[in-house]
Amino acid sequence: MENNDSTSRRTFIAGSILAGLAVGCSNKKDPFTQSAEETVAASGEKVKLLSVDGEIVEVDIAYLKPIPHLPPVSIDESRIGIEGKKFVMVVDLARCKNLRKCQASCDHMHHIHSEQNWLKVYPMKEAEHTAPYWQPTQCMHCDEPPCVKVCPVDATFKRKDGIVLIDNQRCIGCRFCMAACPYSSRVFNWQESDYVEDPNIHVAYSPETSVPQKRGTVGKCDFCPDMYREGKLPHCVQACPNGVFLFGDMNEDSVTNGAETFRFSELIKDKAGYRLMEDLGTKPSVYYLPPVSRNFKFEDGMENEAPGETISSHTK
Amino acid sequence: MEKLTLSPEKITADLVPQAFGKRGMIWTGCLLVLCAIGLFAYIRQVTKGLVVTNMRDYVSWGIYISNFVFFVAISLVGSLITAVFRLADVHWSTPLTRIAEIIAVSAIVFASLIIIVDMGRPERFYFLLIFGRIQSPIMWDVIVISTYFVISLLLLYLPLLPDIKILLEQKGVGVDRFQKLYRFLGSFWKGLDIQEKMNNKAVTLLCVTIIPVAFSIHTVTSWLFATTYRPGWDSTNFGAYFISGAFLVGAGGVVVAMYVFRHVYKLEKYITEMHFDRMGKIVVMLALLYLYFNVNEYLVPAFKMKTSEEAHLMQLFTGEYAPMFWFAIFTGMLIPIAIMIFKKGRKPLPMFVAGIMVVVGAWFKRYLIVTPTLLHPFLPMHNVPASYHHYFPSWEEWAIAIGSLAGAMLVITFFARILPIIPIHETIIEQHETAE
Repeated sequence: MENNDSTSRRTFIAGSILAGLAVGCSNKKDPFTQSAEETVAASGEKVKLLSVDGEIVEVDIAYLKPIPHLPPVSIDESRIGIEGKKFVMVVDLARCKNLRKCQASCDHMHHIHSEQNWLKVYPMKEAEHTAPYWQPTQCMHCDEPPCVKVCPVDATFKRKDGIVLIDNQRCIGCRFCMAACPYSSRVFNWQESDYVEDPNIHVAYSPETSVPQKRGTVGKCDFCPDMYREGKLPHCVQACPNGVFLFGDMNEDSVTNGAETFRFSELIKDKAGYRLMEDLGTKPSVYYLPPVSRNFKFEDGMENEAPGETISSHTK
Repeated sequence: MEKLTLSPEKITADLVPQAFGKRGMIWTGCLLVLCAIGLFAYIRQVTKGLVVTNMRDYVSWGIYISNFVFFVAISLVGSLITAVFRLADVHWSTPLTRIAEIIAVSAIVFASLIIIVDMGRPERFYFLLIFGRIQSPIMWDVIVISTYFVISLLLLYLPLLPDIKILLEQKGVGVDRFQKLYRFLGSFWKGLDIQEKMNNKAVTLLCVTIIPVAFSIHTVTSWLFATTYRPGWDSTNFGAYFISGAFLVGAGGVVVAMYVFRHVYKLEKYITEMHFDRMGKIVVMLALLYLYFNVNEYLVPAFKMKTSEEAHLMQLFTGEYAPMFWFAIFTGMLIPIAIMIFKKGRKPLPMFVAGIMVVVGAWFKRYLIVTPTLLHPFLPMHNVPASYHHYFPSWEEWAIAIGSLAGAMLVITFFARILPIIPIHETIIEQHETAE
């Protein structure tokens, strides 16, 4: 089921890129303007679209032209970051039931090896008599990143917009950053990724997309700045049906999960948000809202756990 | 001190390199085979990636790194025997200086090699030079290790010059085929007063410089761990703890090597029981020192038993790693102390046994410093295959680690085959001085 979905999406993307390239090559016109020479016969099959002024219009499918994807930004550019932004994420623990849609989407979009995840959902339990809860955890994009401090070759770096990225063309694979990260958020490409790439798509590498993955280098959550450039939310945020993840900009003081938007400062104040391992001084960019008045029981999330996994690891 | 009255000719004849006997051939052959297996395993690793190891995301450093720490540790002995004793005007250690120095040089070479083996992209090694950032402890390590290598090499080479002159004058199966090499290495050395003077001055200067550099290499190596937050590594004790351990394993290594060379090359007149006796006292002192830092390292956190430390400490004291932990403590420190604290224990054979125990214990100690900590991350291990929860090195890792140890011993073996392992010139001079 999920496989079919992803195959069709890939084919569509491939198709659109090819079409875009074809248009670009043949008449050097930008694909957004209509050209007089082009005459297309109507196919009779119509789709409903929302026009810019809010009306629903019916358009023949033959008149639609695929829009090429924006090319990824260069490595030099992706080291700088997006001007004026300070990205932040809020994870609402009261909404998480370990569905792991976030994980599947992240794994797929970043071509992560099937054994590994950049985003993990931990069953947490602080003490014997406290309640267990699910805690999605990925790179914290710390403002004092211990991983960046120890990197000997500037392969992992902190950008102006707060994002910590890895340049896998630079990484030498010493794994010091993995030892330094207290959140265990980094994974290593021990082997080639087993993600099956579409042979029609040749994506240029960018630290912002993190693909293609490279054997012998470190990977981790990149906060999807490539998605932001396209005006979209990170893959995990989009994939979560429960709206657990809220992504946004500290300077604009707003975070959103797509359906709801909050003032970041108010949300953190009202719900007593906190960050993980504050005592280490890493200053994470990911905030958590405590698992109170929960939408789901902890046990509801158990069905997505591998047998035996949780029992062995969730109590210290 | 035992008085020796040996003529310079006799000393020279005793100490010039000798061709391998049958035992030497077998020994060298075995080492070569081990190196070849290691190389084969490394080729597999390069083609398939680090997936051939059993390291995974949690235990992302394994025996390559513990082997690296071991090599760096054992290399420290060069500075102890050569520099510290020389500056302190201690003369009895003269026959041991070259043994210590070649151990230092070969160990530091293999420390660098094993680090490259551990890298995910070894072909990018030069990135350290072109993109290096000084705030990373790895860069500090690169700087001090290469400095230490150069100084150690010079401390090996400069005192060799008078000996090369002697070798150039020798004939025999042991030295004939290396005449070209000797000429290349030291034909400019005429033994002039001015040369002697300059050489002595240079060696003294190097001895002064090598001590801070030696302290740096092992302190910085300890900081690769101590600059992280992890329980078991997050310790201000680490620099001193590593240095004391390094002096111990280095001294243990010298004891083993001096026994072997004495036995194989029949050097009883040069490496005497006195040398074993004194080295024994030194090893006991160093073992007690290391024990002291171990008590600091484990007892203080164990007294508090912070949650994050508790899982790590209990795993060492009574858990999965307890057999290895107590083996390392007993074999690496307590039993050697018990042997060598008695005069009878400081005879060559018991010293040899104790020396091996110190070295083996030290190797496992390094393993315990690196691996168990990584099995206790702050967040529980989760959403990974079961194999990520444990670590036991794969055959490739063992083959490469053993191959690197064999390689280091091979370098020492070839060195002793080509050049005198006991300084000829210095021994003659000291004989002369003692006789007077």
